[in-house]
Parts: sequence; structure tokens; C-alpha cells
Amino acid sequence: MDKIVAQYSRPSHQNEFYSEQEQQDLTETLPPLSLKFALPPVANPSAFLRAMTDDHSNPSCPIKLAHGTTTLAFRFQGGIIVCTDSRATAGNWIASQTVKKVIPVSRLSRGEDKPSNEPTPGLLGTMAGGAADCQYWLRYLSQQCTLHEIRHKRRITVAAASKILANLTYSYKGYGLSMGTMLAGVRTTASFLPSNQVGLELTSTAFIGNPQEGPALYYIDSDGTRLPGNLFCVGSGQTFAYGVLDANYRYDLTEEEALALGRRAILAAMHRDAYSGGFINLYHVKEEGWVHHGFDDMNPIFWKTKLESGEFSNVTSEL
Amino acid sequence: MRGPTIIKAEDDKTRQLNKNTLMAFSGEAGDTVQFAEFIQANVQLYSMRNDTELSPAAVANFVRGELARSLRSRSPYTVNLLLGGMDPTTEQPHLYWIDYLASLAPVPYAAHGYAQYYCLSLLDKHHNPNIDLEQGMKLLGMCTDELKRRLPIDYKGVLVKIITKDGVKEVDFDNDKIVRSA
Repeated sequence: MDKIVAQYSRPSHQNEFYSEQEQQDLTETLPPLSLKFALPPVANPSAFLRAMTDDHSNPSCPIKLAHGTTTLAFRFQGGIIVCTDSRATAGNWIASQTVKKVIPVSRLSRGEDKPSNEPTPGLLGTMAGGAADCQYWLRYLSQQCTLHEIRHKRRITVAAASKILANLTYSYKGYGLSMGTMLAGVRTTASFLPSNQVGLELTSTAFIGNPQEGPALYYIDSDGTRLPGNLFCVGSGQTFAYGVLDANYRYDLTEEEALALGRRAILAAMHRDAYSGGFINLYHVKEEGWVHHGFDDMNPIFWKTKLESGEFSNVTSEL
Repeated sequence: MRGPTIIKAEDDKTRQLNKNTLMAFSGEAGDTVQFAEFIQANVQLYSMRNDTELSPAAVANFVRGELARSLRSRSPYTVNLLLGGMDPTTEQPHLYWIDYLASLAPVPYAAHGYAQYYCLSLLDKHHNPNIDLEQGMKLLGMCTDELKRRLPIDYKGVLVKIITKDGVKEVDFDNDKIVRSA
């Protein structure tokens, strides 16, 4: 009888909570960085993969990956400018002219359901190299960033996020990953989330270490390289973008100047590089978050630049 | 240009063809000078026989023809050229871009090799046919600065020659400037 009473006198929701051990497992164990992928059942999977997909050394390879890009990002006094073209090519074929090569990273910064012009907090990643690799691994990074927010009740730093990606690409080094990406973000003290956003009560409001990272820009590629810096251009059109950007870059650029320079540097690359083109995708990362500044067809911008500023004098406008 | 080479040969990679035409060349060692001097001799021979200077356009088309003929021979010349000149009658400047496959293109600005990748976008932005010599030299400075910043090869500086209606002259250029990257 006592047993029956005890059973029904317990709070009715007690069993719905995770046990201490389960909570520990959920919050403290990290998933392995390298996910388990099925590899082709041959002696040397990486060499096999390269023979099947690498159109650089083997133009007649059966699987042509989407490649070819120009992306750039630079730090300046007012934050970070991120700008890309929108063309995806597979060999000589233009696979798409409307690719979104700037990928918001981390859960709270997706912003897909938020069409307003308000800055969206979080990181931005850029996509160069294999389209699938970039999309997949930046989504994976988003997942890791979201888990970081839930575990630590604060947004991840750009340094930490870039390290997750770099460790990942390094662990797959030699397996044929192809990606060159830049991570941009601003982390300030405001990145410590109010407790109600996480849905858990904070026991202490004191924070430990790294109170302010500020605007940060990292370059990460599939060789496992990870570099912090002020200015990066990535992709087949990088040299053209560097040409314009290096000559006109200053850290104390105004916001308008910086946006115009980012757009002009991408235009230069889209004009000269056959594997870049389509639309100019422009973002500004500031302290409150990132702001989108348009996804604009390059052609009217090119002709406006040429006819109004007298640039591109090698292109004739008469028949 | 003084060659993009690791052997520190600081040679003049240009030949003056006549009073107001200059040809810059790059490509296969040996072929380059051999071909340039062959052209130089023939242009001068033409002037002597006919007592007239060839215009830059005429020289450019002659060069292209010779390259096209050579391309179809057993051992073609592997030479890329930039041919600049002032037309003595119209006093208009001309620049021709010629490659070893005998393509000929009249252009407002040009480069060969890796320099194309770094400099053409700069020239697209900053070139204007109406700029004066000072602005032109400044633009050249922007190009060499960019090559110093980003080209993995230390190209040991440039040799600058200017073609005017009065002929060709070499000018000093500061090759020791240190360029800082952002």
C-alpha cells in the first residue's frame, strides 16, 4: 500500500526530466569533429576521388564539381565588408548565375524568416571552391555554433568558430575537400545572451575572459590553413579583386566608401575572370550584426561605371 | 621589364624598331632576342629601301605576319610582344598586344603573363586615354606596387621607357620602394 501511495504522491512531472548523468552527457560530451562518412571501397580512397572529380589535372573526369568564384572581405574602421559574385561553373559550363555565396552562420543569425533591414547578429561565411563542400560544412558549422550557444549561453567567437572549421578541414586533409572560405563577425559584450533567450536560468552573471573580440576576419581553406587578417580575396578572380582593393584600401574608409570599394573590386573580377559573374552580393558586418546591401545584376552596374566614370576604356560602347 | 626570373639578369627586354616604335618582348629564352632583332633589322631595311618610316600599325601587322608564318614552321618563335609607337603623321599613340599564337589586338593598356591578372583590373579602373605623363607614371607605380605586394616572384624591378613624338627615352624609376600589404 505504501508503495502505491509513494508512487502516486510524487510530483507528476518528475520522470520527464533528464537524470544528472543524462544532463552531463548532453552538455559535456562533444561529438567527434570528423563525422563518419562512407568511403569508396578501394585501396586508396583519396586518389580514387581525385581521379573521379579533379578537373584540373584530369579534364575528362566523370564528376565535375561546381567551382569558380570571386569572394572578398575586408576589415575597416566601420566593421567588415563581405562581397561575392554569384556564378557557379562546372568545367566550362555555367551551372548557375544566382548562387548565394554569403552564408549566415549560427542559429540566431540565419535571418531567413526576418526580411527587415535591421542588423542580424551572428557570423557570415563565404563560399569558394566546391559548392557542395562549402554549403555542407558551413551548415555543419552553424550546428556547432548553435550547440555552443546552448552549452555556454553565449554566442561563439569568430576565432573559435574558425578554429572548428579549420580543425575539421585539417582532419579531412588529403581526402579531396575543396573550399576556401572567410568567416566574418563582430563579437562584443552584447553577445552574451540574456538568459530568457536561452530558456535556462543563469545562476551567475559574471563572465570569464575574452570580454570583447571586436570585428574579426578569418580565412580558412581545405588545406587546413587558418589565418586572421584585414583583407582577403578568394577564388579564381582573386588577383583582379586584389588589384583594385590593394590600391584603394585604407583602414579608415567611411562606410559608403567601403561598400563602393567592395562592389567595385568584385566588378573588376567579374569583368576579367570568365569563371566569375552574375550578381554582386554585398554585406556589411557591424557591431549590431550584419546588414545586406543588395544582390544586384552586374551588367547595369558595369555600364553605369563605364559611362559615368570613364573606366573600362578598353571596352567600346559604339558599334 | 627586367625579367621575372630568378637568375639576376638585368637585361633590357625591349628593342627600338625605328624612331618612334618600341617593342617589348617576353617568352622562350633565345627566341625573344633573336626574333626582336630580326624584326628590328627588317623594319630598318624597309626604311632604307623606301626612304620612309613605317607607322606603328604597319610594323605591328608585319610582326604579326612574321609570327603567323613562324607558327606554321617546324620551330615556331615562342615570343609574346607589346608594341608601342607614335604615328609620325597623325601624332596618335598606338599600342598593340601580340602573343606567340600571332593574335594582334590594338589596346589602350596591356600586359603579358601573370602581370595581367594583377594589373588589368587596376588599369580598368584607373586608366583614361586623356591622362598626362605624371598621372601615367603614378598608374604605373600602382601596378608595380601591386606586383610587389602579391606576386610570389621577386621580379627585380622594372625598366621604363617612354615613347613620344620626339622618339624613345628611358626614365628613372624607383625600384627600391618598399610596399606594405594591408
